[in-house]
Amino acid sequence: MITDALLLQLGYNASLVTLGAILLGMAAGVGGTFLFLRKRALVSDAISHATLPGVALAFIVMVGLGGDGRSLVGLLAGAAGSAALGLLIVSWLSTRTRLAEDAAIGAVLSVFFGLGVVLLTVIQSMRSGQQAGLEGFLLGSTAGMLRSDAVIIAVSAALTLALVLLLRRPLTLASFDPGFATATGQNTARTDLAMMGIVLAVTVVGLKIVGLILIVALLIIPPVTARFWTERTDRVVLISGLLGGLSAYIGAALSAALPDLPTGPIIVLVGFAIFMISLILAPRRGVLAAWVHHRAFQKSVHLRQGLLALAQGQPIYEPLTLRLLRREGWALPDGVATDEGRGRAARALLDETRWQIIRRDPSFEAAAAHYDGLTPIERVLTPDQIAEVDTRLPSARMVAP
Amino acid sequence: MSLHLATRNGTPATSDVQRKSPLAIRGLTVSYGQKPAVFSVDMTVVRGSMTAIIGPNGAGKSTLLKAALGILKPLAGMTTVFGDPVSGARDRIAYVPQRASVDWDFPTRVIDVVLMGLYPKLGLLGRVRKTHREQAMACLERVGMQDFASRQIGQLSGGQQQRVFLARALVQDADLYLLDEPFAGVDAATEKAIIIVLKSLRDAGKTVVAVHHDLSTVTEYFDHVFMINTRRIAEGTVEDAFTSENLQHTYGGRLGVAQTEQLSGTLG
Repeated sequence: MITDALLLQLGYNASLVTLGAILLGMAAGVGGTFLFLRKRALVSDAISHATLPGVALAFIVMVGLGGDGRSLVGLLAGAAGSAALGLLIVSWLSTRTRLAEDAAIGAVLSVFFGLGVVLLTVIQSMRSGQQAGLEGFLLGSTAGMLRSDAVIIAVSAALTLALVLLLRRPLTLASFDPGFATATGQNTARTDLAMMGIVLAVTVVGLKIVGLILIVALLIIPPVTARFWTERTDRVVLISGLLGGLSAYIGAALSAALPDLPTGPIIVLVGFAIFMISLILAPRRGVLAAWVHHRAFQKSVHLRQGLLALAQGQPIYEPLTLRLLRREGWALPDGVATDEGRGRAARALLDETRWQIIRRDPSFEAAAAHYDGLTPIERVLTPDQIAEVDTRLPSARMVAP
Repeated sequence: MSLHLATRNGTPATSDVQRKSPLAIRGLTVSYGQKPAVFSVDMTVVRGSMTAIIGPNGAGKSTLLKAALGILKPLAGMTTVFGDPVSGARDRIAYVPQRASVDWDFPTRVIDVVLMGLYPKLGLLGRVRKTHREQAMACLERVGMQDFASRQIGQLSGGQQQRVFLARALVQDADLYLLDEPFAGVDAATEKAIIIVLKSLRDAGKTVVAVHHDLSTVTEYFDHVFMINTRRIAEGTVEDAFTSENLQHTYGGRLGVAQTEQLSGTLG
């Protein structure tokens, strides 16, 4: 069943939904990246909730004009209109009043959503309202998706991707260093507007498949996941788009194979699963890598401290230090150094003494900045410099007449 | 104030020096809320000079630069760059913001940050070519950071981050360099490296303006000084303007008389 779904063998409608979802997932992953990098991810929550009254009003207007009210283009146009209004209010509140952006988002989000729910109730009481199925816009509803719907989604998603590609430089600059961007003559307010426009487009397009409550996840989870795997902006954009598409593909296929599962929520959960895997396994930023790195660092600190203690004939109190020294074969269970341990200890003490000398000498300031208690001094100074430092060792002074 | 009113009426009240100045500010006022951070400030930077903007904390030093560049919106005043409005002279300006103003965990590498200095020239779609990379590498070399080109910027020390910012300004190949606290929180080696680069820029005929906070190095690093404490206090060559009297006026009771005399006395 699932392989059939993945290979788009489950019939016309399921294939349409899957293809539409993939494009939407890619557009959301790419479009959401700069929102995440600009640290304004939550604005998308306000945008998505603000679509609801627009959808409802568009339906009412279309019915009023004698149509059946369910034209997707009309409903999405209404959604875009009210989302844009919500966005304008958020930006006006946060720039022109003392309200912070998070408070403005909270206020706009809940008021627009509340208004939308009221309008939906009104529609329910209309004669043509019962079959409207507008509740589907809350959590997405892919049953009965038409070919024309899929085309609308595909075209808008492709346009969004092209726009991000075109604006990648201004978007990067405005996200990383808006002051510098302005100084080079870039209009960062207009860049932000374009970014919000892209997010708005993705949101509106995604209403049919994942719904307004969950579209935020599609915009935020892929870039956050992608960030685990790379240190380059262009690759975050690329990986995020791919992950968004992948989650949508697997999610849509799963829900096609198991018809009781709703498409949107499954897509979000698949995205979350990929996020969890990345969080744990990512090579540098992942939890596991951080833990391994921390343990290795802890081990070298303990060994170094243990060796310095051995060299100076001090007792070792910490059980972990002693255990590590024994495992290396540098100390016996009673804390006495082995032959190898004595050699290592002497070298550690010499290294530490050299470091202390250069740390006191301002002419070595640049080199001394590398001191972390672990780096051997040979990695920072040339043999000539070390020889110079050695003339200042306490033992050297004792030897000198 | 009457000065720029006259200019607006079409009477050429400004002198030749002012018209050709790399950075001329007239009647600039910037306010956060009701309290002006910078009030009616005039500034005329001398071409080919190295000018320090000094003043106590909160005196409006950074604000002055940001407002002149349009990063902050001033309440009043106008700025010209080489006689043109700022908007028409963007390609002649290189700006180095305060290091703390950006997020250093941003997913980007050292070389990418330097390449950002070429974005205005590349436009939206121009490809980054080998020559651009070579330009960026050459600028990294000038600040001694060529070995760090593919590092993530978050792995750099404060001094190294500052050098990368300077390299990004160098690749812009501008005529006027504006730096906001380039020496704040950097190690001595970086400070030395930066001042060598800045002096080489001046020797090449460029103009350098830097917000500076370390009074003890003003005479060593700069030839001109601009003293501000919300209002302009003094402006001129270090010999003329960096006097004990002006320091006292700028910093008020924060500096003892003995200290100001010692600082200005370093002129010899």
